[in-house]
Amino acid sequence: MRRILAVLLENESGSLSRVANLFSARGINIESLTVTPTPDETLSRMTLVTFGDDRILEQITKQLHKLVDVVTVVDLTGQNHVEREMALIKLRLRDEGSVDDLQRVNKVYRGRIADVSALCYTSEVVGTSEEIDAYIAAMGEHEVVEVVRSGPLGIARGEQALSIRQNQ
Amino acid sequence: MLSVRLLSNRMDNLKQNPNPEAQELNGAEIFIRCLVEEGATTVFGYPGGAVLHIYDELHKQQEVNHILVRHEQGAAHAAEGYAKSTGKVGVVLVTSGPGATNAVTGIADAYMDSVPLVVFTGQVRTALIGNDAFQEVDTVGITRPCVKHNILVKKVEDLPLAIKRAFHIAGTGRPGPVVVDIPKDVTEQSMVFSYPKDPGMRSYQPTLEGHTGQIKRAAKLIAKAERPIIYSGGGVISSGAHEELIEFTRLTGFPITNTLMGLGAFPGTDPQFIQMLGMHGSYEANMAMHHSDVLIAVGARFDDRITGQLDGFCPYAKVIHVDVDPSSISKNFRAHVPIVGDAGKVLCALIEELRDGKHSLPDISPWWDQIHEWAKKDSFAYQQDMDGEIKPQYVLDHLYQQTGGDAFVTSDVGQHQMWVAQLYKFTQPRRWINSGGLGTMGFGLPAAMGVQLAHPDELVCCVTGEASIQMCIQELSTCRQYGLPIKIINLNNRYMGMVRQWQDFFYDSRYAMSYMDALPDFVKLAESYGHVGMKIEKPKDVEPALREILSLKDRLVFADFITDPRENVFPMIAPGAAHNEMILS
Repeated sequence: MRRILAVLLENESGSLSRVANLFSARGINIESLTVTPTPDETLSRMTLVTFGDDRILEQITKQLHKLVDVVTVVDLTGQNHVEREMALIKLRLRDEGSVDDLQRVNKVYRGRIADVSALCYTSEVVGTSEEIDAYIAAMGEHEVVEVVRSGPLGIARGEQALSIRQNQ
Repeated sequence: MLSVRLLSNRMDNLKQNPNPEAQELNGAEIFIRCLVEEGATTVFGYPGGAVLHIYDELHKQQEVNHILVRHEQGAAHAAEGYAKSTGKVGVVLVTSGPGATNAVTGIADAYMDSVPLVVFTGQVRTALIGNDAFQEVDTVGITRPCVKHNILVKKVEDLPLAIKRAFHIAGTGRPGPVVVDIPKDVTEQSMVFSYPKDPGMRSYQPTLEGHTGQIKRAAKLIAKAERPIIYSGGGVISSGAHEELIEFTRLTGFPITNTLMGLGAFPGTDPQFIQMLGMHGSYEANMAMHHSDVLIAVGARFDDRITGQLDGFCPYAKVIHVDVDPSSISKNFRAHVPIVGDAGKVLCALIEELRDGKHSLPDISPWWDQIHEWAKKDSFAYQQDMDGEIKPQYVLDHLYQQTGGDAFVTSDVGQHQMWVAQLYKFTQPRRWINSGGLGTMGFGLPAAMGVQLAHPDELVCCVTGEASIQMCIQELSTCRQYGLPIKIINLNNRYMGMVRQWQDFFYDSRYAMSYMDALPDFVKLAESYGHVGMKIEKPKDVEPALREILSLKDRLVFADFITDPRENVFPMIAPGAAHNEMILS
């Protein structure tokens, strides 16, 4: 089962590798990982996607908590949340006439053309991971030259916010 | 905030000393001051380029006592022995590069057995980090998977807080090793020193008090038990909760078994004690585990050497699991009543709850009858033919009798370790010092040094084998330098006994590389270091030899017992088998 975790951790050198190390040491794959500073510059926020059953998820959540640099871990999978991923897709169109074709797909998926060169178009698209999968699949006969994806970001819906846990 | 604090420090300094410049200390001096603040006055180490400033300061002062080992692995194990036998944080100081990598085995050992250590490693100058400088390794990177935490100190201003945090993290919650990596230039830089009172860590707050609701649930389960068993581990000893464990066990009247790491938390001579459990545990302990309906696990982690095949483990039991580390609970085996907390505090709360009068404790006499029936197997028994070869168990039996179960005993890893665990009835915690999780051959002698230094007037025995002892035998020199009168009981069967045992059972007795050829003359070896060496070859000599060994109170004695090379450890649960499938002989 796919899991999405939001993690707040101390913005210190080595914090990211502690998390990455934990997954490899416990034999669990990371599907995607994004990490950036937060408005509170002492903290970084990480969104992490992995796969596993409830037992694995419980264990990995506990192991993450156990890392001294980790402040908060929230499993977004089980709760109502918003998830967005961004992708940049470089395409070689079937022929010059098919730009309209691309624009039609862009309209459906709220994509736009970010760059044009003599031979290639680069699209940008934002959505859930499934929407991006679908967008790429919709390219049909156009040749997909290169794809880069950000990995999903996640945030809980409603008023709940990820914050520093005050004692346990 | 920071400038205000610095200002107030300066003001304090001005009050104490009219000349504030005199209060500036360099990193090496600060290092010593921090150790003194932490009460860490015994340090095990080995000098080298990156830590020379620190060694120079050590040379100038009297408060911190430095013990020079002969190999950095020995320093880490000695600090473990010191920490395990006292409950204090053990301290190691080594240089960069090979100094750090040599210490890694000891650090990993401490991590697996939850031993509180602070390991200071020298590092190349900050400007050289990443340049593949002489004696540079990424110590923080190398040790990351086997430490509770590690810290690279980049400037002297960070040093006091790093040390404060290191001791705090190592010694609280589930204890473990913390590495503090200090570049050489940090030990030269100066600042006005003040030691922080508070480690100030928002992300590290171990849960110590058990959840009240869970304690009530556990008490209900205990009150309804028909076939209960208490299974306690090293966590009880780390927490200093042996008295609470004894009180809880007496109050309930339940049978209790200990893990290898938990031995001594409950008196080994008590009738409620049904011996160690697990791969080489007693028949009654493993059978009672298998048939139990309520399992009370305290400070134990359901390690594979305990559980055997998980599918067949405790099939009828409801499990109450008390542990200070939430990740230990339900990691290997699902707990029905998980209780995160300190063993002592949770046991106290359970005792109060059970004494409250709301629950009456169950009558479990039929269960005890069954356990006594199983115990008749006498599964640790052995036969000594007085005209044959010395049985290793015979030596340990006599060691136990002559020391009254009161000695500090360290061991290496293998058959001899299991025999000590089976036959030496520890009556106090922190007396049995061995490498359980990592299973590190070479642990025993340096660990015994740490124990002896912490307890100079006590009897410290190191039970070992001719294979294990050779992995850290250089420490005989350290023992000589500091006059450590350790008694080395070498059970010499000319084989890596446990490897040979597995080859007997699972590889049709093909002894691939498990024999020890070209052994040294241990008597001469011990003598060449200035110690007493003895060789004992006949069963009738065992008892008098042990008397003589123990009477040489101020000398290290290396006693080389030539034992039966064919003896195996029983009972045994083969890998993949369950507790009710023991091999008994």
